[in-house]
Amino acid sequence: MKHLLSTRDLSRDDAVAILDTALDMAEVRQRDVKKLPTLRGKTVANVFFEDSTRTRLSFEAAALALSADVTTFTAQGSSVSKGESLKDTLQTIEAMGADFIVLRHQHSGAAQAVVDNRWVDAHMINAGDGTHEHPTQALLDAMTMRSRLKGDAARGSDLDDISITIVGDVVHSRVARSNAWLLHTLGASVTFAAPRTLIPRGIDHWGAKVVDTLDEALDERPDVVMCLRIQRERMSSGFFPSETEYSTVWGMTPARLAALPDTSIVMHPGPMNRGLEIAGSVADSAQSTVTDQVTNGVATRMAVLYHLMGADS
Amino acid sequence: MSIVIRGASLCGETSADILIENGVITDVGTVSVRATRVIDANGLIALPGLVDLHTHLREPGGEGAETILSGSRAAASGGFTAVHAMANTNPVADNANIVERVQERGRQAGYVEVRPIGAVTKNLEGEQLADIGAMARSTARVTVFSDDGKCVGDSLLMRRALEYVATFGGVVAQHAQDPRLTIDALVNEGPVSADLGLRGWPSVAEESIIARDVLLAEYVGARLHICHLSTAGSVDVIRWAKKRGIAVTAEVTPHHLMLTDETVRSNSPIFKVNPPLRTAEDVEALRAAVADGTIDIVATDHAPHASATKDCTWHDASFGMVGLESALPVVLATLVEPGHVSWKDVARIMSTTPATIGRVHGYDAPLVVGSPAHITLVDPTSRGTWSTDRLEGLSTNSPYLGIELPGRIVGTLFNGTETVVDGTLVDAEALRKP
Amino acid sequence: MTRIVLSKPDIDRALKRIAHEIVESQRGESGLVFLGIPTRGIHLAQRLAALVAEIEPQDVSVGTLDVTMFRDDLAAKSTRMTVPTEIPASGVDGRTVVLVDDVLYSGRTARSALDALTAIGRPSIVRLAVLVDRGHRELPIRADFVGKNLPTSTSERVNLSLVESDGVDEVSIA
Repeated sequence: MKHLLSTRDLSRDDAVAILDTALDMAEVRQRDVKKLPTLRGKTVANVFFEDSTRTRLSFEAAALALSADVTTFTAQGSSVSKGESLKDTLQTIEAMGADFIVLRHQHSGAAQAVVDNRWVDAHMINAGDGTHEHPTQALLDAMTMRSRLKGDAARGSDLDDISITIVGDVVHSRVARSNAWLLHTLGASVTFAAPRTLIPRGIDHWGAKVVDTLDEALDERPDVVMCLRIQRERMSSGFFPSETEYSTVWGMTPARLAALPDTSIVMHPGPMNRGLEIAGSVADSAQSTVTDQVTNGVATRMAVLYHLMGADS
Repeated sequence: MSIVIRGASLCGETSADILIENGVITDVGTVSVRATRVIDANGLIALPGLVDLHTHLREPGGEGAETILSGSRAAASGGFTAVHAMANTNPVADNANIVERVQERGRQAGYVEVRPIGAVTKNLEGEQLADIGAMARSTARVTVFSDDGKCVGDSLLMRRALEYVATFGGVVAQHAQDPRLTIDALVNEGPVSADLGLRGWPSVAEESIIARDVLLAEYVGARLHICHLSTAGSVDVIRWAKKRGIAVTAEVTPHHLMLTDETVRSNSPIFKVNPPLRTAEDVEALRAAVADGTIDIVATDHAPHASATKDCTWHDASFGMVGLESALPVVLATLVEPGHVSWKDVARIMSTTPATIGRVHGYDAPLVVGSPAHITLVDPTSRGTWSTDRLEGLSTNSPYLGIELPGRIVGTLFNGTETVVDGTLVDAEALRKP
Repeated sequence: MTRIVLSKPDIDRALKRIAHEIVESQRGESGLVFLGIPTRGIHLAQRLAALVAEIEPQDVSVGTLDVTMFRDDLAAKSTRMTVPTEIPASGVDGRTVVLVDDVLYSGRTARSALDALTAIGRPSIVRLAVLVDRGHRELPIRADFVGKNLPTSTSERVNLSLVESDGVDEVSIA
């Protein structure tokens, strides 16, 4: 692998290899000396056209843990958000010496365009492109599911027989897309639960089941409930009428958690709207994996950086 | 000056010689007169000069992408003798001054007749009617009015536009795109938009406007033209409207007859166009609709863009493709070769009918004695990989680069003047010599 | 052409001798930790630990030390999979660590292992045991315990098979 742009073209074996390496990285993170010399002398450029402090910090931590030099470019506002500027910005950053570029961009397909047009030679990692993909999030979610649901049997395994309900704003969610495809590749079964306004048209081929309400999905006793973040502005655009109605029908409430098996887990990519898509007490419960996901994020991103650096990539 | 074209197959049917004197066809059959110039057209198809109802020439304001001269050259090399220049220039062609200037610049270029299209609303803002009467009564004699690029979305304004344009015998050419249903839309809504996470452009956004507008046209008794149909549903609405006797005509672009939204998966903005490329089922429906006459004409929607506006992300790229040079080859590939239409139909859908809709004179009786010599000579057996060598305009945003296309324009005569000789465009200097 | 240079009895003998040498070198000190370098070093470490325990019952533990992330050739070679590092619960601080590898060649793996060990703790002594030393060192590193010195040319390939991973105990040169 030279780049990580999408989970869609990731094979099962590659995905499992990254997840296994991530386990080893997680072990390193437990040591007194948390740093590996793996990327010494390499530069990782975090290029964030869209603000996402947690993703940026996670990539920074991963790069630093592998002894890479890290440069960070953040740009918000319209003056640098044009395509020409994306090309120019990245070429400038590469000219300063970047071996890896971690790109977060508000436009779907941005990272792919950079690679397709050969604007730069560096390894590209898509850290979120518009409403398209966020592959490292899906990988860290898969790592979390594997570890929490399979324990010591995690290494080498996929997610066969695991059932996941993804609830919320699928249409605007890069997390949902990357997860749906990766989970499908790993053999898991995926159900989307959302108002029909938030389900994209034309997803029959994704291999996911679609249901209208969260309760309908929970009746199947899924192993995982993944709550997606709800942007409050979706209300004013008519996707649903009110927060109350949303949390009543699609919110992960304490009552809904109680109806789930104790072994099921509740995930959220963050940042959470407590009380909207997930109740505070659910987020803080033992079944919540929210902090695991953050921890696993660093290990997963270390594993991705490592898998991209080899000469076969 | 006299020209004789020897042995061309007239609209793919009988072979004959055509004698041209002083820009007019004076004999068709076996011509024994000794002419100043003889064109050997054995094996070639003679069509009436092609007429494009939908061309973006970008002048004034977008001369980096195309000019009236460069667009005229592209048109002539594609076998066209008349083009309709869309109004969405900068400034917008919403007054008599601009349309007269555009027409004059076209006349100076000399390759084709440039017929300006007037804006329906001032500055294409969709709020106030443009100077429709002034444009209609100007020396440019504007008959087609369009806010193309934007839809006349407001129902009341559309009703008024239909009525007012009819007052001057013109036609409104609607860009059917419900603005609210297509906010920030980038690609046909369906599996491709879902996969790529690009904002979807639902087919119903086109179909609902067409449905509304045919009913408005019927209600006020006006003529309506629908630009670039792109969906199977739109075909159904037009078919219904025609059956009902509504005075509606419809066009389809070559690219919507050939390409589908699956091309978008390449992530190449060369395929970004408005309306978006649709599904294979839509393409089939559009071809069938041309074959059965539901769709009246093929129009290019030639939309040149400077390369920088395509060398960027899909989101940032401009909408549009160049299409004048490739129009006939694509029609050949998508309609003639699969047997949907005959060469005679090609003459109808690419010359006679667009000229009728645009009220362009001289095309009502093609290739007959007494008509102006607007003639296109095509070699139907030629095949070749489409490349930028085939493009005569300033921009190279052609979606066909690298694709094999049939047919080659060997000769174009505009008012008896050769603009393309032996497949080569005549240069501007030579063209101006008497 | 492949020739077998060590058979099962040769390997058994070599390991036994190494075990004795290790016991000898311990001089009664306890706290011996064998860390195998993946993949075949892991099996050799386990065998040596068992042999040492037979010779002289003492505090012997075995673990695995993955050196992948400490290698200096990662960008030049295709991606290697990591193997879990397993350090015995007692840790390595203040103990004698014997790093165990199958073949000593350039010395780069051993160098990586020393760095990897530094990240884990501070043993009082670190030793290196290998089944085969084929020469051609590129770094100033030598093994403390060698099963067999095998003079080779750089164009030759040394293949080391163990029952645990390959079904047979055998060292050959091709």
